[in-house]
Amino acid sequence: MSVSTPEELMDYEQAVASFDPVLGLEVHVELGTVSKMFCGCDTTFGAAPNSQVCPTCLGLPGSLPVLNATAVESIVRVGLALGCDIASWCRFARKNYFYPDMPKNFQTSQYDEPICTDGHLDVEVDTHDGPPGSRRTFRVEIERVHMEEDTGKSLHVGGATGRIHGADYSLVDYNRAGIPLIEIVTKPVEGTGALAPRVARAYVTALRELMRTLGVSDVRMEQGSLRCDVNLSLRRSPSDPLGTRSETKNVNSLRSVERAVRHEFGRQAARLTAGDRVVQETRHWHEDTGTTTSGRSKEQAEDYRYFPEPDLVPVAPDPAWVEELRAGLPASPAVRRGELQAAWGASEQEMTALVNAGAVDLVESTVAAGAPADAARKWWLGELARHANERSVDLAELPITPAQVAQVVALVESGALNDKLARQVIEGVLAGEGDPDAVVTGRGLAVVSDDSALLEAVDAALAADPDVAEKIRGGKVAAAGAVVGAVMKATRGQADAGRVRELVLQRCGQA
Amino acid sequence: MSQITRDEVAHLARLARLALDEDELDRFGGELDAIVSAISRIGDLDTADVPPTSHALPLTNVTRPDEVRPGLTQQQALSGAPAHEDGRFRVPRILGEEA
Repeated sequence: MSVSTPEELMDYEQAVASFDPVLGLEVHVELGTVSKMFCGCDTTFGAAPNSQVCPTCLGLPGSLPVLNATAVESIVRVGLALGCDIASWCRFARKNYFYPDMPKNFQTSQYDEPICTDGHLDVEVDTHDGPPGSRRTFRVEIERVHMEEDTGKSLHVGGATGRIHGADYSLVDYNRAGIPLIEIVTKPVEGTGALAPRVARAYVTALRELMRTLGVSDVRMEQGSLRCDVNLSLRRSPSDPLGTRSETKNVNSLRSVERAVRHEFGRQAARLTAGDRVVQETRHWHEDTGTTTSGRSKEQAEDYRYFPEPDLVPVAPDPAWVEELRAGLPASPAVRRGELQAAWGASEQEMTALVNAGAVDLVESTVAAGAPADAARKWWLGELARHANERSVDLAELPITPAQVAQVVALVESGALNDKLARQVIEGVLAGEGDPDAVVTGRGLAVVSDDSALLEAVDAALAADPDVAEKIRGGKVAAAGAVVGAVMKATRGQADAGRVRELVLQRCGQA
Repeated sequence: MSQITRDEVAHLARLARLALDEDELDRFGGELDAIVSAISRIGDLDTADVPPTSHALPLTNVTRPDEVRPGLTQQQALSGAPAHEDGRFRVPRILGEEA
């Protein structure tokens, strides 16, 4: 049933000129509670399989769910931060389906009575036209935010590449089953045009930032605590009715959100232009190829037979309590960004670059670990961004911590490392060689600051090139560069270039 | 005359993962119809003043504090499973029904 041959893509510029995109985003966020949604099982990531389970989350007969108070508080705070209305009364519902990721044969969710409705999130995107750093704000309307529980994790064994098709059997771990999950669903996002991929990414970035600011989730996409489904449909003109959409599942990095929208834009445009129709279906995102393939068709309406969950009584948030939570909300990410920008003395353009790279929190943590803001910014947006790009991952996924970056910065500030050596240290940390100090020791990296050793190298370089030495002695100070270069080469970059220059000039009587 | 069609019976059977043969598809339409008719008698009552009820208890906001409580060990969790492997429940392959 699954066709995985690559499909035609229309050139992006051409697709944008011919079609108007409409986006829809469904984001699932695992809440950071210490226990599960309906039972007291531990939620710590990475434990041995099926070691954080109990009769309730395994769906054993006779077990009963009891709602986690902190989870309700968290979702109400999320709703308030998104400007949603909070329902005065709502119920859970059973979403019935047979699939081994839910041992109960239903997922406890919310259906026609979500706890939060009608909110919005303003996102800013870099327009890349007009003057550098010019930005445009889009208001993404939120349809609903509801609470549910996460499912177990399946491992497909046999067949090719661990995918479900062709697998011989599956292995299921229920540690994740029952972890509190909130689902945030947007209304159709219109009017983004060519910026659709960037708006999608900016929205998920902003949502992640908001969750972090509220402290309700660690929102680590690489660990699956924030997952995104991307819906896209195209139409010829904004006045046309909405086209048929595809739903691309589990797009799990910021970069992929942008790529998936772009890919679907080109794919659907090619189909429509060729006179084919877009099939309403679930599509699978392939990180390696940056493409989607057809999954389950959604032509037939799904029949989940939702009904009110009899084992959980309704949730009726007390309006006074809701107002208390509203009053206690932290400053919005936009306000917080403004404060950070002022504290770091960054320009608008620099701040936009940090936001787009998902580096604001990383720089903040690096500064908190003792690094000056400009140095922290330089390393995250420069060398580290380059590594992230090479590995096709988000900055936060690099195996280096802000504290380690701060250590590298400190080593540079103290003169123990120059930039070139610092880059090697970062390479070592990323390669798993340990903390910066360990890499410095392990690789024997340190600026040669012993003048006598440097002077020896300087004298050797001057002797090797008597013409240049003569020029410098004659006052052509600029010629010193060649000698400095030779010394740096001889010391394999481990010398302080400034000090070498001073010594060269001194030796030639120019200091 | 049955109000529940053969197609509806087939649909329900599929949703419930029940394999019904041709005779059963015919027979269950009538049986389900009898059940639905019996229950639909409740529609004869005047319920204009009765609010819809989904829960028998007049309670809201029953919660527990967010605290970890001991559950089952991996061994206990898997003890009732027909098959397991590497600490995980082993289940038959799933055909094209990725949720």
